[in-house]
Amino acid sequence: MIISDSLLLLAESGGQPLHAPDGFFSMPVIAAGWIVAVALLAIALRKTDRLLNERMVPMMGVLAAFVFAAQMLNFPVAGGTSGHFVGGAFAAIVLGVWPAGLVMTAVVATQALLFQDGGLGALGLNITNMGFVSIFVGYGLYRVTARLGAQGVALTVRAFIAAWASVVASAVAVTLQLAASGTTPLEVGLPAMVGVHLLIGIGEGLITAAALSFVMATRRDLLNLSASAPA
Amino acid sequence: MKNAKLWLVGYVIALGVVLLAPLASSSPDGLEAVAEEHYFSDKAQDPPFQIIADYVFPGIENEALATILSGFVGVTLVYALVVGLAYLAYRRVGARTATSHTG
Repeated sequence: MIISDSLLLLAESGGQPLHAPDGFFSMPVIAAGWIVAVALLAIALRKTDRLLNERMVPMMGVLAAFVFAAQMLNFPVAGGTSGHFVGGAFAAIVLGVWPAGLVMTAVVATQALLFQDGGLGALGLNITNMGFVSIFVGYGLYRVTARLGAQGVALTVRAFIAAWASVVASAVAVTLQLAASGTTPLEVGLPAMVGVHLLIGIGEGLITAAALSFVMATRRDLLNLSASAPA
Repeated sequence: MKNAKLWLVGYVIALGVVLLAPLASSSPDGLEAVAEEHYFSDKAQDPPFQIIADYVFPGIENEALATILSGFVGVTLVYALVVGLAYLAYRRVGARTATSHTG
């Protein structure tokens, strides 16, 4: 009965993002999520302080607005499942790691508080996974592949790889947390979660590459704001 | 200021993206689908309160319109929140730098 009710609820949900709700994670895992999120946020606030200028301030707002909007666009993937853009890699490529962390936190927190998308307890985990994990992995890969080139196709390919991997990494993080919570064992959860997010990551990669190409074509001076800001 | 346009154009692009939201797939997303498949979706707890739950603005009959309106509210809110806080921090840092220069 409870299962059929929640399935009904899911069917009626209109297919919007739906971040991890409360109930999936144990107390210790929830607490760990908050500790990691708060610690990283403290660093992000300090680091971003020095990067703020007349371009960074509006661009952080624009990235937050775009990420919020684009996350609403669930696209279909195989087997009656959908996925949606996360945006951590894109925000990090444009803004740098730490301002991107603040932007993603603002988006995910607003979604939890106002839109009941993602549990309030699970907010620390959602900030960690969709914010910092996707940012670190996405930006890391973007930097590692720098040798490929910084223009045109090379940049597009780097953005695609970074964004694709960022989604898979987030999914792995969630699966580890689900396993640690005793919700679903790793050997079951990992193939299922990674499998579907390998596909969802393709959407993330395409959107990120397209959005980055758009920025390159219109205002390339806005790319990599952290590096161009005076230290 | 050269960046005056940037503030507006970026915001308008985000609003434009929201207009596509009614076309979004309504299938369960990655985590939801896995949760259903592996029988832990029933563990999900209902939120203690609802404001604009499921990105449907309450009290509007037309679901597409309710979705778009909720998106506009969200986009505007995160934009104002981030720009507001970042601008306050920017001014504070600027004041501190100015003081340390004169001092």
